[in-house]
Amino acid sequence: MANLVEMTPCRGMEPVTIGTVTLSEVLPGRITSLSPRKTASRDVLKQGHGMAFPAPNRATGKAGARAIWSGRDQAMLVGPTPAPELAEAFAMTDQSDAWAILRLEGAGWRDVLARLTPLDLREGVFKRGHTARSQLGHMNMSLTRTGRDVVEIMVFRSMAETAVHELTGAMTGLAARG
Amino acid sequence: MRVQGKGLIDRSQPVRFSFDGRGIVGFKGDTVASALLANGVRLMGRSFKYHRPRGVMTMGSEEPNALITTGRGAARTPNVRATVQEVSDGLEVRSQNAWPSLDMDLLGLNDLMAPFFSAGFYYKTFMWPQKFWERLYEPMIRRAAGLGALSMENDTAPMEKAFAHCDLLVIGSGPAGLMAALTAGRAGADVILCEDEAHFGGRLRSEAEEVGAMPGSVWVDEVLFELGQMDNVRLMPRTTVTGAYDGGTYGALERVGLHLENPDLLPLECFWRIAARRAILASGALERPVAFANNDRPGVMMASAVRGYLHRYGVLAGQRVAVFGNNDDAHRTARDLAAAGVDVAALVDSRPDARVAGWNAGDFPIYTGARVVDTKGRKGLTGVTVQTQSGLQVMDVDCLAISGGWNPTLHLACHMNGRPVWDEARQAFLPRPNMVPGLEAAGAASGVFSTHGALTSGMESAKNALQAIGRKVISSDAPRAEDTPFAIAPLWHCEGGKGRAWLDFQNDVTVKDVKLAALENYASVEHMKRFTTQGMAPDQGKNSNVNALAILADATGRGIPETGTTTYRPPFIPVSIAAMGAGARGKGFAPERFTTSYKAATEARAPMIEAGLWYRPSYFPAAGERSWRESCDREVSMVRHAVGVCDVSTLGKIDIQGKDAAEFLDFVYTNTFSTLRPGRVRYGLMLREDGHVMDDGTTARFGENHFVMTTTTAAAGQVMAHLEFVAQVLRPDWDVHLVSATEQWAQFAVAGPKSRALLNAVLDQPLDPEAWPFMACGAVSVAGVAGRLFRISFSGEHAYELAVPARYGEGLWRLLLSQAAAFGGGPYGMEALNVLRIEKGFITHAEIHGRVTADDIGMGRMVSASKDCIGKAAASRPGLSGAEREQLVGLKPVGAVRQLTAGAHLFNEGEAPVRENDQGYVTSVGFSPTLGTMLGLGFLKNGRARHGETVRLVDHVRNVEAVCEVCGPVFFDPEGGRVRG
Amino acid sequence: MRLPCPLCGDRDHREFTYRSVALDRPADEGWSDAWNDYIHLRDNPAGPQDELWWHGAGCGAWLVVTRDTKTHEVLGAKLAGES
Repeated sequence: MANLVEMTPCRGMEPVTIGTVTLSEVLPGRITSLSPRKTASRDVLKQGHGMAFPAPNRATGKAGARAIWSGRDQAMLVGPTPAPELAEAFAMTDQSDAWAILRLEGAGWRDVLARLTPLDLREGVFKRGHTARSQLGHMNMSLTRTGRDVVEIMVFRSMAETAVHELTGAMTGLAARG
Repeated sequence: MRVQGKGLIDRSQPVRFSFDGRGIVGFKGDTVASALLANGVRLMGRSFKYHRPRGVMTMGSEEPNALITTGRGAARTPNVRATVQEVSDGLEVRSQNAWPSLDMDLLGLNDLMAPFFSAGFYYKTFMWPQKFWERLYEPMIRRAAGLGALSMENDTAPMEKAFAHCDLLVIGSGPAGLMAALTAGRAGADVILCEDEAHFGGRLRSEAEEVGAMPGSVWVDEVLFELGQMDNVRLMPRTTVTGAYDGGTYGALERVGLHLENPDLLPLECFWRIAARRAILASGALERPVAFANNDRPGVMMASAVRGYLHRYGVLAGQRVAVFGNNDDAHRTARDLAAAGVDVAALVDSRPDARVAGWNAGDFPIYTGARVVDTKGRKGLTGVTVQTQSGLQVMDVDCLAISGGWNPTLHLACHMNGRPVWDEARQAFLPRPNMVPGLEAAGAASGVFSTHGALTSGMESAKNALQAIGRKVISSDAPRAEDTPFAIAPLWHCEGGKGRAWLDFQNDVTVKDVKLAALENYASVEHMKRFTTQGMAPDQGKNSNVNALAILADATGRGIPETGTTTYRPPFIPVSIAAMGAGARGKGFAPERFTTSYKAATEARAPMIEAGLWYRPSYFPAAGERSWRESCDREVSMVRHAVGVCDVSTLGKIDIQGKDAAEFLDFVYTNTFSTLRPGRVRYGLMLREDGHVMDDGTTARFGENHFVMTTTTAAAGQVMAHLEFVAQVLRPDWDVHLVSATEQWAQFAVAGPKSRALLNAVLDQPLDPEAWPFMACGAVSVAGVAGRLFRISFSGEHAYELAVPARYGEGLWRLLLSQAAAFGGGPYGMEALNVLRIEKGFITHAEIHGRVTADDIGMGRMVSASKDCIGKAAASRPGLSGAEREQLVGLKPVGAVRQLTAGAHLFNEGEAPVRENDQGYVTSVGFSPTLGTMLGLGFLKNGRARHGETVRLVDHVRNVEAVCEVCGPVFFDPEGGRVRG
Repeated sequence: MRLPCPLCGDRDHREFTYRSVALDRPADEGWSDAWNDYIHLRDNPAGPQDELWWHGAGCGAWLVVTRDTKTHEVLGAKLAGES
């Protein structure tokens, strides 16, 4: 039997550091979109994976297993394989290969993103555990702040190359300011 | 000339640059204008229309005269204001609008022709003969006109755009702006302070005023130090706020590397979009000139600029200076100059009752009730003629400092169409409250002209802003400072001299031009503007519009308030297109979407075409093939006779779940999906609510409550938005869950008589023909990977689409191709895909282009009579179906010309090919290697009833004419035996 | 312009797409005056108007935004389909 080669969305990109900021690809494991059924309880996520179904603009869980709010009546379970009982409460779709995830890390992350997204990312506004759906350049993105100076950016897999190009371009311009 | 001990420049750091090739030495902190003045250069440019010699008038971004070109090669930047451009070592500065040189400009001849060039000259002169306009007049005028010139080279210098957010945006950093930023910063609000100059402080750095018992510039430094310590305050020097927009959004242009001779990797400029909850307009005021004969000679300057060059740069604008004004502020200039030891020839005050008490009469002569009426000196001022109460008096001076009063810089406050109000006491337009919601003017921008008044006003505005956003206000007092009242009497034009009296220096508009406009009944200020071009130059009439409308008011016998202002529009200063479109060059123009087979396809030298944002292979050239047609013909035959593989991942895939999913599909499609069995696929047609076709595609049912819809590549986004609209807005009670799965799956069409054989070579289990009839779908395993298989066909052949998670896409593509060769197969691209579908009469968005109905494409019966659906009601309207419509047909060339072109129109034979006789048009064409002829699809009036007729195809654009036979749109295998085989 | 998405908060207008004034879809299956009004006729008021916007580059929600056509002031927004 033949073997199918696996390829990451960024084709195994090495981390890039420009100025104070490092960009790297994250391989998350499974990504499952969860859409709550009209009458079911969302608590089943807590029972199955120990994290609450996230409120709008919030992410729950921790590194390796997160539930990230991703739109009206939708969240993404990132990391674990969804427990079977989730199917009762959620319409689920495997999205493991649909997204490229990029981690932006370092003191200047906010200034890099200010060049690409209209989001308000001020310290008191976009805190750790916050997430937002918005744009990165002309691309739709999901942005989650996972640490003091760490954010994770999700864009469609087909646009991974453009996302890296835009982000490294912004990093270069910012670094030139010293 | 420099004055020792004055100015905020760093005299320990000389800076060497060039002006028209001549070496100039300035100091760190100089602008090009201040350094040139310090070196005795007064002639800095030639005017736009008459090429009059002109010198610097102001010291800010409103400068009309001293426009220069900086940089060289592709990085050349024209129309830079010398008053804004900072000096740096090696900077190359060139004058503009002069030939062969600034000193001897031959187009200065225009000035002698001036009597013929009055306002409206072009409109009246170049009317006839009409055909002369394009060939003669316009090229001639364009050659002579223009300020500066672009390099016409591709400038690859980086540019940036960025977003910022704050509680309070403070625009301008003079006393009002600094006090506002300080007050809000201390209260903990997020503050952005924008200053268009390189240094903060505004007029405080250009005056001899004290603030809080210390020199103004020292107070500025102390405030800046405190602001710099605050995390919640962002200081943005060299940043001009250019526009106020809806919802508290402001545009701002930051000079990042533009002012440097070698910016290296620095972006030249950054265009900011700032979202602010509140804003304070502390942009100060601009001093205005007075019109009199020859008031444009180099050496005639604004009084505040003469004073400012002295205090800020230690530069004397002249050796012997006359000061002329209609307000008390002019006195300050005379006083400061005299105190610095400058020879002040006279203070000329137009007000007979001007209060001059307290002045040391011995310092300089004072003439009240007097006016400057003329000047002399061709390339630089040598003297002025003053009409005193006792007669004309000529004074030898090389600098005239004018103050005609102050215009608050209220432009931003008017950007949302608000009109300012005329204030008689201050002889100035003032902003009204809330012209831009959330924006409050403070300091001189609000008509408060004293230093203490500005400080207080900035503080009060900040308190108002803090209150509005619910922050606690810390009460404090403004520091002590000068608080003299402002007194002024109107003065716009002094008659009595010989020569033109200039209003708009940048566009060469005179008092006479404005009066002529009134005479010709261009009495509205907007009409006067367009007739004379007043205020239409790059400076947008910053220092001349108010004067011009005062002249117009007088000429039309109205008051200034009744005359009103022209409309203030963004941007406040010229903004380069490169800055607004930063990042949009090359790859930044739009995201590039790549499928998983992209790399393998480029390795195979397949040229790519763009399909929306996607890049798809056009064809895969084989050895020896010299044209795309050869490759395309081979690929089509390969699919018809063996097997071809094509990446179809770009088609939209929407996962639809929920217990109302089937009913939902019945509602959005014209045909019925609730009757579809799980494990089967059905073709569906979707209408817009207006009854026209939106999209088509197949939808597969994987379970009772689980469907996967396929959309066309082109309409994937539109369909997703539409489905969400139906689910959220029209049927909010239904249990339907929609999510795009386009990116999750790499999907490949495997088409041709040997498609099953090829699949069996890669699938873990061979396909059971009984279990996989046409339009079946289900799960399969490929090399241990869970995939999906659909037996669907866009080629009319026995075909499948095989999908695997995208990470395996490239692997599967390479695996399929490595196995296909054994069956005589290989990859095919978009060209072959297009020919294959034309042969079968399958439609794409070339046919369903937004103006066709289901009936037009022969699918009228797909609109189910037994249920409602989107677009059904509107599609039932008379006129949207039937014989009078243009209907989808096939076209085959039968005449001598065998060429067909898409976009050509169809006519009855024997009728003239003109619009009135139009019978339809061609949407798609291709050469069919299968049938050995060109084929076309198109729309023809009553086309379904006209099969067998011939029509004339005419392409007026490409000069193609052909005779075509009309036939059904399905050219090949109309019974569909192959797809089921 | 900024729009107050009930889910995401205040957002830049570039994340949104305008569709039309907010109208109730007629229930009639066949063509009717109500359909004609729904598809073709607009009041075009000078003042507040309810409009449908899609937060397509955000949460994907369809919104009913109340906006003053004279001043462009946005007076509020709610999720469409929710009363």
